[in-house]
Amino acid sequence: MIWNDEFETLPREALESLQLKRLQNVATRVYNMVPFYRQKFDAMGIKPTQIKSLKDLGRLPFTLKQDMRDNYPYGLFAVPLAQIVRIHASSGTTGKPTVVGYTRRDIDGWSELMARSFVAAGAHQGDVIHNAYGYGLFTGGLGAHYGAETLGASVIPMSGGNTKKQIMIMQDFGSTVITCTPSYSLYLAEVAKEEGLDVRNFKLRIGILGAEPWSESMRREIEEKLNIKAIDIYGLSEILGPGVAIECVEAQNGLHIWEDHFLPEIINPETGEVLPWGEKGELVITTLTKEGIPLIRYRTRDITRIIPEPCICGRTHVRLERMSGRSDDMLIIRGVNVFPSQIESVLFNIEGVEPHYQLIVDREENLDTLEIQVEVNEATFSDEIKVLQDLSEKIRKEIKDLLGITCKVRLVEPKTITRSEGKAKRVIDKRIK
Amino acid sequence: MKVEQISIFIENQKGRLADVTRALGEAGINIRALSLADTSDYGILRLIVDNTDLAKQVLKEKSFTVHKTEVVAAGVPDRPLGLNSILEALDKENVNVEYMYAFPEHYSDNAIMIFRFDNPDEAIRILLENGFSVLRGEDVYNV
Repeated sequence: MIWNDEFETLPREALESLQLKRLQNVATRVYNMVPFYRQKFDAMGIKPTQIKSLKDLGRLPFTLKQDMRDNYPYGLFAVPLAQIVRIHASSGTTGKPTVVGYTRRDIDGWSELMARSFVAAGAHQGDVIHNAYGYGLFTGGLGAHYGAETLGASVIPMSGGNTKKQIMIMQDFGSTVITCTPSYSLYLAEVAKEEGLDVRNFKLRIGILGAEPWSESMRREIEEKLNIKAIDIYGLSEILGPGVAIECVEAQNGLHIWEDHFLPEIINPETGEVLPWGEKGELVITTLTKEGIPLIRYRTRDITRIIPEPCICGRTHVRLERMSGRSDDMLIIRGVNVFPSQIESVLFNIEGVEPHYQLIVDREENLDTLEIQVEVNEATFSDEIKVLQDLSEKIRKEIKDLLGITCKVRLVEPKTITRSEGKAKRVIDKRIK
Repeated sequence: MKVEQISIFIENQKGRLADVTRALGEAGINIRALSLADTSDYGILRLIVDNTDLAKQVLKEKSFTVHKTEVVAAGVPDRPLGLNSILEALDKENVNVEYMYAFPEHYSDNAIMIFRFDNPDEAIRILLENGFSVLRGEDVYNV
């Protein structure tokens, strides 16, 4: 099923001409309304009227997260505050948060994109959508909520936390769709099991999971433990919130980015050079329709590639390959680039290993060390030391084969790795002082 | 003829062993025999108790990973070369001992050893055919 047939299946040529028109429009708006962009455009010697084709996008300046911090809180807004009907902010782990504002049209547009996303994931009117994304400054909760209402589904505004209550409501209210982070979905299944309940027997059909990187093997684990279709959704508050891109249930292979609203590019994160479609690099997005805080060439820090081949679902919008991590999540261990998702995929492929793990990076005598903590469970535990040592050795060897680095595997007692109710804290980097 | 043993995964941390013994003690469970295998990060505590199922339940409630295994309790002649005579009998039939530990009580004139075999049934047959005594679970839990 497709929510907006006309726009989601626009022939490429029509889509690209719409994109160009919208790009010219947004460039003109930011040039006239946002001093930051006027200065940047002028410094690069480009005027919005010089944008004649989509190729000219490469002549425009990048926007960095730091630019948003520097213009905190409202400096990048392109409309007077009186036209802003909602303000969100991303959790700033360091310093000030990044602030975004939405006009009424922005909210309507966002709601439509989320409704499109729900439909792409296989949801429809009549579904009971259990929204466990956090409500508040974080865009996840309200973004998914408005989309669910636009779709016409019954939305339960659960927000995060209070897991036992979530399970009770999910069972009693007959939730059919859950929206949360992938790690939280597994945590829900685990807590339910402790309560003597099997989530597989609930009415849940679909999980729309995002806000943290996850692997294909984690998807299989979630689909098995919850008996659902697990769909990857992508979004970031600077660009919109949830609903920037989503997998279709038909292919479950790559996330369609709504190209009538967003213009994606892939660049080399080191040099800023634009890479051809199909190559892996950092995702850069230009918002084409946003009024409150339009962004030109925003550097997402997420690593992916564009899949240009047509999709079996009929949508003409290109797909982004599953994010393989954020360029700022990337760990450099003894000079090797390591994404936590790579280690995760190794662990998930070993029979019986728990989805809960933590990476401890430290430095001993000027040498980086990586310790992987893995919980022992009934499936992997044995009364014989050698069985446990073989398990550690297997993990160590597979990490070495994949990444070329030696790590220490520490088996820990069950439930000793902190469970997160939002984004999982997978990495403790003790080198950062 | 087999004896139930539980094993518990214990991280090398202050007080963890006492957490196990306290949990068992408060549930009125008596430890009959134990052995601890340890590495630098963790240990495996193996116990024979007077109520295996209750012990397993109590420990699982405390979030320990618990594993139940069947071991063999054999009477070992309490004299020089007594243990050796058992091991030679097993060796002759190519039965491998995974690990073993001593039981602190005597049973008639014999010392008791706990053996972990890959194939306990085969081992029991060999022990009996060679004239060694093998204890039943009930006897071991309540010696």
